[in-house]
Amino acid sequence: MLDWDPLILTFELALVTTVILLFISIPIAQWLVKTKSGIKPVIEALVSMPLVLPPTVLGFYFLVAFSPSNSFGTWLNEWLGIKLVFSFEGLVVASVIYSLPFMVQPIQSGLAALSPTLSEAAYVMGKSKMTTLFRVLLPNIKKSLLTGIVLAFAHTIGEFGVVLMIGGNIPGKTKVASIAIYDEVEALNYEAANFYSLTLFAITFVILLTVYLINGGYLKRFWK
Amino acid sequence: MITLQFYKKLLAAEGDLDLQIELDIQKGELITLYGPSGVGKTSCLRILAGLMTPDRGHIKVDDAIWFDSEAKKNRSPQKRSVGFLFQDYGLFPNMTVRENLEFALKKGQNKGIISELIEVIELGDLQNRHPMTLSGGQKQRVALARALVHKPKILLLDEPLAALDYHIRQKLQTYIYKVHKEFSLTTLLISHDIGEIVKMSDRVVVLEHGKISKQDTPQAIFMSKQLSGKFQFTGDIIAIEQEEVVYIVTVLIHNSLIKVVADTSEVAELTIGDKVVVASKAFNPILYKIE
Repeated sequence: MLDWDPLILTFELALVTTVILLFISIPIAQWLVKTKSGIKPVIEALVSMPLVLPPTVLGFYFLVAFSPSNSFGTWLNEWLGIKLVFSFEGLVVASVIYSLPFMVQPIQSGLAALSPTLSEAAYVMGKSKMTTLFRVLLPNIKKSLLTGIVLAFAHTIGEFGVVLMIGGNIPGKTKVASIAIYDEVEALNYEAANFYSLTLFAITFVILLTVYLINGGYLKRFWK
Repeated sequence: MITLQFYKKLLAAEGDLDLQIELDIQKGELITLYGPSGVGKTSCLRILAGLMTPDRGHIKVDDAIWFDSEAKKNRSPQKRSVGFLFQDYGLFPNMTVRENLEFALKKGQNKGIISELIEVIELGDLQNRHPMTLSGGQKQRVALARALVHKPKILLLDEPLAALDYHIRQKLQTYIYKVHKEFSLTTLLISHDIGEIVKMSDRVVVLEHGKISKQDTPQAIFMSKQLSGKFQFTGDIIAIEQEEVVYIVTVLIHNSLIKVVADTSEVAELTIGDKVVVASKAFNPILYKIE
């Protein structure tokens, strides 16, 4: 009997991570586009770090930082009642940081490509920055938003190192599909490994295909 | 009445520019800012609109203080309520023409203004189109209408017609002049087109190196030379050819080519690309109506 839990957990994690990322990436991207501050390169470098850093490095520091034997970990545990090591919440926090560049970068380049005249025109007609962002800027970068959402989602599905370091391998809690595959191979259970692999393969292909179809305008042409 | 008095250091590609402006504008005036590019004309409009902050000085509109560096007052562009026409239109691509106009409505503002503007600027047929599908002239008409939806008292036009061809320019000049009168606006226009300036403005303010070098009626600025019985047009030299003992100089005036005979001494100081005045004494000018 095949265990669906790792797959369900994977998509749950990806979904929660993507929603959180969407909320925090829009202000970060908007700030990066607008700011003239000298610390912009520093923030940009930090946001992009997960692209190049081995996931195990990230996982290792999360593990150290969140550990209850450490003051920050203790504080989280005592004051907020959150235990981030070997828990689903911990996975979410780590995934958000790990996939941050995949959401921020498309949104940032989308916003940067818009003419500054758009927001200026909205400001002089009395519209607030919020109204301008939600009614003018974001609707004009739908493609970038979709790209960001899908890349962040797909990247979270593909996570392995960070999850293994900070989440461990607790069934139903932190055992996501990528880890289950590793587990099954270790146990020479190739049939189960193949089941998880094939499912991930198919789903990620469909997701990415959909994005390219939508962003390339193929669907619109088809519907006409 | 608008009182502008401000200083701003501008960092430009050709070096720094000290923009130092002192200007009073009467209610209902249509003023043109004239001068070569890079002298700070656009910055003046942006500062008045609140899109750029001067280093020091003050801006007063009627009795309201919009900017005062000493009192640390700076009214946000949202609260200044000006109409601004950008050279690249600034229409929102995600909205139709009508939606663009409706977006500009203030909270609780009567929608009547939209139908009025659609009628005055003749946008009826374009209402449900998206900006992407419009021509440059159509876009600028929509932008003009949209700039007026929230009923500004001041209209700022940053070379709105520069990218448009001659006929469409003329049509838009008429629209701009019409709304200037109809909505009793105080209008500031940036333009390089002398014909346009003479046709539209009450006063020309000439900017050079960030300062106002002179200001007067367009006639006084551009037609200071003796005029009686004389035609004169400005144009660009596009060719100089030698024919036997004389030279034929081809000058482009608006969109027509004029060939003028010149002798060696005259040609000596002319090169292709020069701006020249073609003048002629005419005893009996004849007017033909062409449209």
